[in-house]
Amino acid sequence: MDTLIFLFSDYTFQTVALGSALLGLISGVLGCFAVLRKQSLLGDGISHSALPGVVMAFILLGVKNTEGLLLGAIVSGLLATILMISIVRYTRIKFDSALALVMSVFFGLGLALLTYVQKIPNSNQAGLSRFIFGQASTLLQRDIIVMAVCGVVLLALVVLFWKEFMVFTFDSDFAQTLGFSSQKLNLLLSFMIVVAIIIGLQTVGVILMSAMLITPAVAARQWTNRLGVMVTLSAFFGALSGVAGTAASSLVPKLPTGPSIVVCVSGIVLISILFAPGRGILYRANRRRKNRLLFRMEGGSPDVPTI
Amino acid sequence: MSPQFEIQLIAVIVAVTCALPGVFLVLRRMSMMADSITHTILLGIVLAFFVTHDLSSPLLILGAALMGVVTVWLTEMLAETKLLAEDAAIGVVFPLLFSIAIILITRYAGSVHLDTDSVLLGELAFAPFDRMVVAGRDIGAKAIYTTGALLLINLAVVVIFFKELKIATFDPMLAAVLGFMPGLVHYGLMTLVSLTAVGVFQAVGSILVVAFMIGPPVTAYLLTDDLKWMLILSGLIGAASGILGYQAAMLLDVSIAGSMAVTIGVIFLLTFIFAPRRGLIHALRRRYNQKIEFAKLALLFHLYYHEGSDVEAREAGIDTIRLHMNWDAAFAEKIIRILIREKSVAFSGGMVKLTEQGRRNSIAGYDALFPG
Repeated sequence: MDTLIFLFSDYTFQTVALGSALLGLISGVLGCFAVLRKQSLLGDGISHSALPGVVMAFILLGVKNTEGLLLGAIVSGLLATILMISIVRYTRIKFDSALALVMSVFFGLGLALLTYVQKIPNSNQAGLSRFIFGQASTLLQRDIIVMAVCGVVLLALVVLFWKEFMVFTFDSDFAQTLGFSSQKLNLLLSFMIVVAIIIGLQTVGVILMSAMLITPAVAARQWTNRLGVMVTLSAFFGALSGVAGTAASSLVPKLPTGPSIVVCVSGIVLISILFAPGRGILYRANRRRKNRLLFRMEGGSPDVPTI
Repeated sequence: MSPQFEIQLIAVIVAVTCALPGVFLVLRRMSMMADSITHTILLGIVLAFFVTHDLSSPLLILGAALMGVVTVWLTEMLAETKLLAEDAAIGVVFPLLFSIAIILITRYAGSVHLDTDSVLLGELAFAPFDRMVVAGRDIGAKAIYTTGALLLINLAVVVIFFKELKIATFDPMLAAVLGFMPGLVHYGLMTLVSLTAVGVFQAVGSILVVAFMIGPPVTAYLLTDDLKWMLILSGLIGAASGILGYQAAMLLDVSIAGSMAVTIGVIFLLTFIFAPRRGLIHALRRRYNQKIEFAKLALLFHLYYHEGSDVEAREAGIDTIRLHMNWDAAFAEKIIRILIREKSVAFSGGMVKLTEQGRRNSIAGYDALFPG
């Protein structure tokens, strides 16, 4: 207990935990829409595609300030998204192939640029690669402020466009007939997901960012059939695992923060899938057992051939 | 053999090796499973390393290939509960396994050379340093032989089981009825994908393996409808990107694997834009033509319907017709001009009037849309 109190009064821990919690909250909210629209892996694609933008921003600006790099990441993430959407729209290539292709090519471009930067003499490029794997312990207070500002804007947008997003997510054709441009909504939502992913990159890195987007939403989906409850729960799960993962990595030596956040949130999914009332695996098994019992009590034969 | 030639040879072998199973991944809509597998083989390598404590042990490859299959199995088990969609299942499973791998590496394997960079990013330029020495004689880079063996395996599987792969990909039900066991084909293919990913990651890194597996087949998919041609074209595109990518990397002094991936992207982009029948330009032109055809027909119907009625002056007036068709002025003018050129309509008395031919076209169009 004392260690916990000590931990929570530690300044570095406060910063990192706050950052991770913010990230979990934001990606939890936006992840719900990605998961419900069956575009869960979009996050994976965007986060890989952000790399060339980060390096390009570094080459052009010559500095390593967070805002500049994030801007680069957002531009290349958006570019990748638009490319994916147009490949699917204009050819017979399916979304998953377009996604895999665009993200790996963008990542390749990022790597090529990265090796190019490393050969420029005297360039202070160290730390760029933290965008690949993320390093939550390097979060600074101004990073947190950037995250908080982006978070507030994103959440405000979700609240503002709540009904549009809801209709669009569940029935985009219906949204179109109501006069909401599904093309514009798609772009807006994709843009918001891009921003959410980009601000998470330096905490958990390119590869694990997709988990932050999908996993809380999948867990929340098991507990409810209402979008509002799902979004709230998902935000809560995301924030909770952000703090828990940070705490675990501070208490156990040599435990990297990003991966331990992902393990925490995966644990929540496992629990949800097993125990959620109504949908969970255990609940369904129990209901089947009860039905069988009831059927036998009503006089049914135990081996009725099933059709 | 010079190192430059060896690197290009390896690049070509790797690209072709990846493209072969990739064709089936693309056709079976499992591209993202490849992404998932290429990440989770890291866990297989780490676990096998804990057993053998030897980085060059063949058990590492076995462990990694096994982990690829386990990944597929876990993902499908999760998806079969119907509690989450297949893509969400992929997105839950591979970050978890990958995280476990990273945690294990950071905690227990920090002292050995098993860094995540070399697995995820790879470096082709180092391949010629690792020599294959048989009976005291240097017979070329080791990677040529390992990737070459893999290429032969993939080639053999695709040639020998071509019929099974084809039928299980396009019609799994029929395959099951005919006794080909699509499940077995599926897991066989997944084993092949994991083996390939493990075999080539040292050269190109596990993330870019995805570019080599998916890129050439997707490009070939835009060029042909024939599975055999798709396999051949994918191989050729892969090989071409290997050589071009290497040349570009030398020219600009950047990562070879990265530059190869970019080359694949550029080839795809060119195909995407210019491909005959399936490219962007073709699609845009077809859509535009369809729009014009539809508008022409709509206008003919409109004129035919109002012909001789009380409101004809308003509905078919030169200045008002666009309001009734809900078109902007420029578009209405264009459509009317086309119809005049085709002698379907003519101006008369301030109205757009159907000609005899226009009347015939209108009726023919209606009959084509609503036969009987």
